[in-house]
Amino acid sequence: MNKLTAIFGSRRTWAWPYVLFLVLFVVLPLLLIFVYTFTDPQGHFTLRNFLQFFQTSEAVNTFIYSLAIALLTTIICLLLGYPAAYIMATAELKTPAVMAMLFILPMWINFLLRTIATVELFNMFSIPLGEGALLYGMCYDFLPFMIYPIYNTLQKMDKSLIEAAHDLGANGREVFAKVILPLSMPGIYSGIIMVFMPTVSTFAIAELLTRNKITLFGSLIQRAFGEGGLQMWNYGAALSLIMLIIIGLTSFFGNNDDAADQKGGLL
Amino acid sequence: MQNTNYIIEVNNVSKQFEDGKFALDNVSLSVQKGEFVTILGPSGCGKTTLLRCIAGFQVATSGDILLKGEDITRTPPHKRPVNTVFQKYALFPHLNVFDNVAFGLKLKKLDKDTIVKRVKQALKTVGMTDYEYRDVDSLSGGQQQRVAIARAIVNQPEVLLLDEPLAALDLKMRKDMQLELKEMHKKLGITFIYVTHDQEEALTLSDRVVVMNEGKIQQIGTPTDIYNEPVNCFVADFIGESNILNGIMIHDRRVAFCEQEFDCIDEGFGENTPVDVVIRPEDIYIWKSDGSDLSQQADYDPEDRIPKGKFTKWYGTVESCIFKGVHYEMMVLTKNGYEFMVQDYHEFLPGTEVGMLVKPEDIQVMKKERLYNSFEAEMKEGGRVRFLSEDWDVSDNMAERFSAGDKVQVRINFERVTLLDHEEDGVLQGEVHFILYKGDHYHLTIRTDDGDDIYVDTNDVWDDGDRVGIQIAPSSIRLVKGE
Repeated sequence: MNKLTAIFGSRRTWAWPYVLFLVLFVVLPLLLIFVYTFTDPQGHFTLRNFLQFFQTSEAVNTFIYSLAIALLTTIICLLLGYPAAYIMATAELKTPAVMAMLFILPMWINFLLRTIATVELFNMFSIPLGEGALLYGMCYDFLPFMIYPIYNTLQKMDKSLIEAAHDLGANGREVFAKVILPLSMPGIYSGIIMVFMPTVSTFAIAELLTRNKITLFGSLIQRAFGEGGLQMWNYGAALSLIMLIIIGLTSFFGNNDDAADQKGGLL
Repeated sequence: MQNTNYIIEVNNVSKQFEDGKFALDNVSLSVQKGEFVTILGPSGCGKTTLLRCIAGFQVATSGDILLKGEDITRTPPHKRPVNTVFQKYALFPHLNVFDNVAFGLKLKKLDKDTIVKRVKQALKTVGMTDYEYRDVDSLSGGQQQRVAIARAIVNQPEVLLLDEPLAALDLKMRKDMQLELKEMHKKLGITFIYVTHDQEEALTLSDRVVVMNEGKIQQIGTPTDIYNEPVNCFVADFIGESNILNGIMIHDRRVAFCEQEFDCIDEGFGENTPVDVVIRPEDIYIWKSDGSDLSQQADYDPEDRIPKGKFTKWYGTVESCIFKGVHYEMMVLTKNGYEFMVQDYHEFLPGTEVGMLVKPEDIQVMKKERLYNSFEAEMKEGGRVRFLSEDWDVSDNMAERFSAGDKVQVRINFERVTLLDHEEDGVLQGEVHFILYKGDHYHLTIRTDDGDDIYVDTNDVWDDGDRVGIQIAPSSIRLVKGE
């Protein structure tokens, strides 16, 4: 009996279900992707999957295009989100929490529903779907992910630092450039990662908002698995690995900066 | 008109916040070049608001602030030749020590060599040489404070404002820093305006002390003036320990308190005027005596430390005796029920019968701020009177002298106000706001929920912040014809 209590009382025991979960649903799939990437459908080692990607100009172009769209979305979100976060955190609003809440509110609804609603809105006003609609939809979906971490960092910032900068002779612009902006960098990093990572791999938004006219990298992967049949799985795995590496590099770039030590909210 | 004697002049400055409360109420203060002025007061007294108005972080609602004769009331902080040392240092966490100190100089676009020279000089002044490239987060509180001071003085401001700069440091560190600040002030020749709630710090550091309470300046003076000649009970009570008693100025140089008459050196209060008397516990001489045979006094004074002469003496029994390091602190209860705090190097154990005397120059007499509660009021129907937003019954003989609608003044003696434990039982509700012990009773300031003050004399013990009900008997309300 005592032994049982010892087993169930130990924190180590309680960790096991989670370890199992992680192995089954994270480690194993990653390993499978890795194995599939470097094998052909018959299971022999090959680099053909990679070569196929680099030799297909359509695939490479899609990849570059996806990165560009993701980058553009991130930049637009940053340009729109920073002022919003700044106003919420600094302006003497009577209800900053309510405003923050309103920005977060759309996130309560599944993004697919929101995207479909967006499509209907575009149709209603007879605005053609396409690249513009895609960018609009992505920014609409991911803007809260940019605003929230920046708002968090700005809000936690010691206001006496701003006063100290003023006191030392900085005008409004200089205070922003020399104190507020550098101190909100952790939030900006978090925001960038939160927006860039999911936008690189997005495909549903693209399919819905461009009526499949524009193919993103995510769609390419989805098609490899969904439509290509079993022999395309290896190619799809290779594409997935390439995307993983890109995303991994982004987060590495974010986390490596020492400013990111002071976590900016969501990450 | 330029008055170059003063570097900072604060003229009739008031600051009213959005909720209508006055943080500063008609404050005037002039600071000379090179002076070390301390603004002292309890928290919420408006001292920090005054400092922030001088720094430019807050704009006065009325009145003006001059710097070297020039109006700066509305000048933004970055255009004032004034620098601030903040309470929690406010160092920039993304910059190292050097860049923190160089922040102001870089904004002035000075050349690199000058910046390096001046930053090093400033860091040397605060004893932080060799810390230039350290991360500010890796420094201790005391070190961060030094960097904050260096960051301010490197700009060679006309005035250095310090907002409780030592409040976050431990006692030992604070004492060391006090001495260093005093040294720095002497060496730099910059005017220091220093805000603190620590009366000892204020007395140690300053050329002049400004005592503030409730948005008003209570007293401005040198540390010795403030300590030896407080102008009112608040100052006497806030600075150091004191015995504060009700007294009556019989005529010039003669005051009565504790049911006895004493010689003093104060004049100009008129005859038979009620006053407050302050005696510092260390100014009271104490010796063993039962008070019956005064000739025996010499027997108990082998060291000859009791002044000889025609001094009024009074007698009591020691109630408690606490060793305070350098001296003993004793509470002595007189036969007629007054309690005195006495500090002496000699120990007198509880139960000892003692005699006491105080030299005339050590008796500080203060004009009473008020003799009774006084409110503007209006007569109502049925012999009632309205004041403090309530209708009160008054005695018939008072009521019949006025008719409804008359403007009257209500006067209520301090001891005639009744305080009740259960606040619902009172006509008015309020909170104990300030407690002053007057030897044989407490003088309380009760702040009502509407923000009015009622003064109460009581023998009951209340604590600061206690909620009370307020009751006034009809017979205690005196009515006088109003303007």
